[in-house]
Amino acid sequence: MKKRVEFKNHQREIFHFQLRLVVGVGFVFALLAILLVRFFYLQVVRHSYYQTLSENNRIAVVPIVPNRGLILDRNGVVLAHNYSGYTLEINQSKTADMEATINELSTLVEITGKDRKRFKKLLTESHNFETLMIRNRLSDEEVARFAAQQYRFPGVEIKARSFRDYPFGAKTSHLIGYIGRINDAEVAQLEENDLAANYRGSDYIGKTGLEQSYESDLHGTTGIEQVEVDAGGRAVRMLSSTSPVSGNTLILSIDAKLQEIAEQSFGNYRGALVAIDPNSGEVLAFVSKPGYDPNPFIDGIDTQSWEELNNSPDVPLNNRALRGQYPPGSTVKPFMALAGLNYRTRSPEQTISDPGVYYLPGSGRQYRDWKAGGHGSVNMFKAIQMSCDTYFYGLATELGIDNISHFLSRFGFGKKTGIDLEGETSGLLPSQEWKMKRYQQIWYPGDTVSVGIGQGYSLVTPLQLAFATATLANNGVAYKPHLVKEVQSVRSSENRLIAKEPLYDLSIDPKDLDLVRRAMVAVTQTGGTAVYASLGAPYHIAGKTGTAQVVAMKQGEKYDADKIDERHRDHAWFIAYAPAEKPQIALAVLAENGGHGGGTAAPIARKVMDYYLLGKVPKPLVDAVEKGVAEHD
Amino acid sequence: MTKRQLWLRFIAHIDRQLLLGLGLLMLVSLLVLYSADNASWDRPLNQMRNIIVALVFMWVIANLPLHYLMRTAVPIYVLGMVLLIGVALFGEISHGARRWLNLGVTTIQPSELMKIGVPMMMAWYFEKHEATLTLKNYFIAALLLFMPVALIARQPDLGTALLITASGFYVLFLAGLSWRIIGILFATGLASAPVLWSMMHDYQRHRIMMLFDPSQDALGNGYHTIQATIAVGSGGIIGKGYLNGTQTHLDFLPERTTDFIFAVLSEEFGLVGNLILLALYSFVIWRGFIITSHASTYFTRLMSGSITLTFATYAFVNMGMVSGILPVVGVPLPLISYGGTSMLTLLLGFGMLMSIETHKKLVKS
Repeated sequence: MKKRVEFKNHQREIFHFQLRLVVGVGFVFALLAILLVRFFYLQVVRHSYYQTLSENNRIAVVPIVPNRGLILDRNGVVLAHNYSGYTLEINQSKTADMEATINELSTLVEITGKDRKRFKKLLTESHNFETLMIRNRLSDEEVARFAAQQYRFPGVEIKARSFRDYPFGAKTSHLIGYIGRINDAEVAQLEENDLAANYRGSDYIGKTGLEQSYESDLHGTTGIEQVEVDAGGRAVRMLSSTSPVSGNTLILSIDAKLQEIAEQSFGNYRGALVAIDPNSGEVLAFVSKPGYDPNPFIDGIDTQSWEELNNSPDVPLNNRALRGQYPPGSTVKPFMALAGLNYRTRSPEQTISDPGVYYLPGSGRQYRDWKAGGHGSVNMFKAIQMSCDTYFYGLATELGIDNISHFLSRFGFGKKTGIDLEGETSGLLPSQEWKMKRYQQIWYPGDTVSVGIGQGYSLVTPLQLAFATATLANNGVAYKPHLVKEVQSVRSSENRLIAKEPLYDLSIDPKDLDLVRRAMVAVTQTGGTAVYASLGAPYHIAGKTGTAQVVAMKQGEKYDADKIDERHRDHAWFIAYAPAEKPQIALAVLAENGGHGGGTAAPIARKVMDYYLLGKVPKPLVDAVEKGVAEHD
Repeated sequence: MTKRQLWLRFIAHIDRQLLLGLGLLMLVSLLVLYSADNASWDRPLNQMRNIIVALVFMWVIANLPLHYLMRTAVPIYVLGMVLLIGVALFGEISHGARRWLNLGVTTIQPSELMKIGVPMMMAWYFEKHEATLTLKNYFIAALLLFMPVALIARQPDLGTALLITASGFYVLFLAGLSWRIIGILFATGLASAPVLWSMMHDYQRHRIMMLFDPSQDALGNGYHTIQATIAVGSGGIIGKGYLNGTQTHLDFLPERTTDFIFAVLSEEFGLVGNLILLALYSFVIWRGFIITSHASTYFTRLMSGSITLTFATYAFVNMGMVSGILPVVGVPLPLISYGGTSMLTLLLGFGMLMSIETHKKLVKS
């Protein structure tokens, strides 16, 4: 192979190089063009899109939680309010060893076992980015001590927050209810109702009682603060803000003092009391004994305390006034009498002879009167005054279940009253249709006999009975019972009144009413079943005692209170209104296992009426039962 | 010698037009850096020091006659290779990559040296064989390129490896590598992409994936790209105003004094600012091409052409990466980003351009 040496051609080489250089220039132009197109696209075509993204980056909308509305009684006594205080909170995601952190913290601020338990419960219920409270209501000293050591706890901070407080505690628990941390189900509910935006930043929501039923009034409107934040989420400056609007104030028809007196009057009895102003439906006292302290529920009650409440045989969490269903017993008799008069089944003068037992016609069954040997010759007036069972056995049979159930339903038996609380039960007013539906059985005449004295299938709540009594006291003109009198707006000075118009007028013959009302006054006077109730009272009380059986008696068995376990004793009822001539207060009292209405329930009612009508605060009462006044139903 | 003569002597080897372009870009750097550093003088002052040091070196190089430059090609390359092997064997690991060599007194990053060393070596090689260029020579030149690139890619420092590859390729291209071979190389490059992909580290793959859909990993690797793109896009035509960039000043932009400084400029000065920057770059590049076309020897032609094209590539890659059309590869914006090494390397290159421009008459004569 011949080696060929190429001599360089300088000119040609330079030409070739220049050519390549021109390609290089072209290449650079191409790069330049790509950038120009890209810049034009980003900064002109898509500018507004990126502008928005950048604004979203920079601006954070911070909700300002409004102050929850106050709850006051009819005289301005505070039943629920807010106070600001400091809490110690732990950010889960910034805390590696929770146990160690809490132990370390407990050297600075007091952390009780209950605090730890509650915190553990919060931990399991929360999402891991949330900050959770370990201690609330820190003292100034504790705040100072922690602040000095804060650098040691990167995930722990002190926050100033608004707390809810219920000064009356257990006394108003079933009335006011409580707020608590919003749970997932409630979040879903809020979203469904388009309220989620207003609850941004809110940690609490009404769980029971008025806190729950007036949630939309109490919560208020959340304010908004637009702040500029940096990439770390720290606020740099405020851009704009809309102030929150505090929740509305609830002014209750409840009289806190009356409520307290009613509560105390129960002594050791469990039970319920509902007192209503018959002229307006305003509920003056609403007691369910025992109550519970609602305050620990706000930030999550610890498991142990919860178990104690939940498993207590006294069932303090049960709202007896609203949800407790008991046989009305003899308290139904005035209404039965009105039914008898209404349907002209029996005239006032018509007397029956009471041998102490009622034989149901066409059957061998016998129904005993509470009084052995019977009351002798009895007309309607006496039947109510002495609570004669035999009279009402017969009256019920003559009326028939259809008339009874129709007439009693007009007084609200078997129906919810529609009070401004959630979870009300409707009691039970039996009828032929009901029994068929419930038991697939026909109605027997014997069933009607029991209904005549408020036993058998009949069930009422204390609230229902109070409502019926108030309606009777107001001559058949019914007002829907309500706990809130006015809703006071913080923004405008206008108050919204709750239910001022009557629901309906039963249009009962005044003569019929007059008889029954007179008989009810006689109940509290010599010869009646609740003499003690009006002893020394400067006003007339109309009332009716009742006994609700807890354990059914066998045919022919005799009831003996002393031989029966205390919790199987009969419940005592007393319904009343006063002053009898121009009623201002109507009430129903139930004392669980109280035995006889006249002995245990009536004195409670008396104390409530004395305070409401006379302003008399009772001395620590010597219980009628202790005094040994044997009164009978 | 009078003062004036001394002055003339002093600036004799300085290309005024090139210096003007560079100076303006440096001013832009200080201006933007002040904002990127949240209106603090710390980094601008440091950068000023970097600039002065780099300018001194540039002046020295510019005053070196060409044959000196050429003579340094082999030693620099050999030194670079030794250091790269040293890094591979004894280098310090930081952020999962072995890039730094601890020399006891200081740590150095030998790949920086190779940014100039490789094209120089290749240009030197071509000059040596200028008269008898055959395919074999191109192959050997390519080998000179491939060896350091392989070492750097192994560190791993994909960005630098690619940029050195580019600068080496420019030498091959300007040296007249036939279009056919370029075509073949390009085709094999594309064909070997899947192989390369399988050889990449996870984070490298991630960065390339991010390019197609940054939102996939909005808080991780995609965060840089997303926030930078938002900064650029929200700048609009005239920008948010100096010191008013919210992405910049509220900390949303990562690495905003270094690799992502372009986003700061873009956010605060908008499209107008971008166009001015592009114009300044174009001016410098244009001057580089002019010098290249004047260059008198094969070595200087290849060298100045490669330096100019590489400079353009750096600028493009950085702006492309910040505006979201290229993967995030860790390339600073030339002459603008904060950092002494990059400034020094660049000005050494421009020193060579000046030397090439001002010494050519001597060579010719």
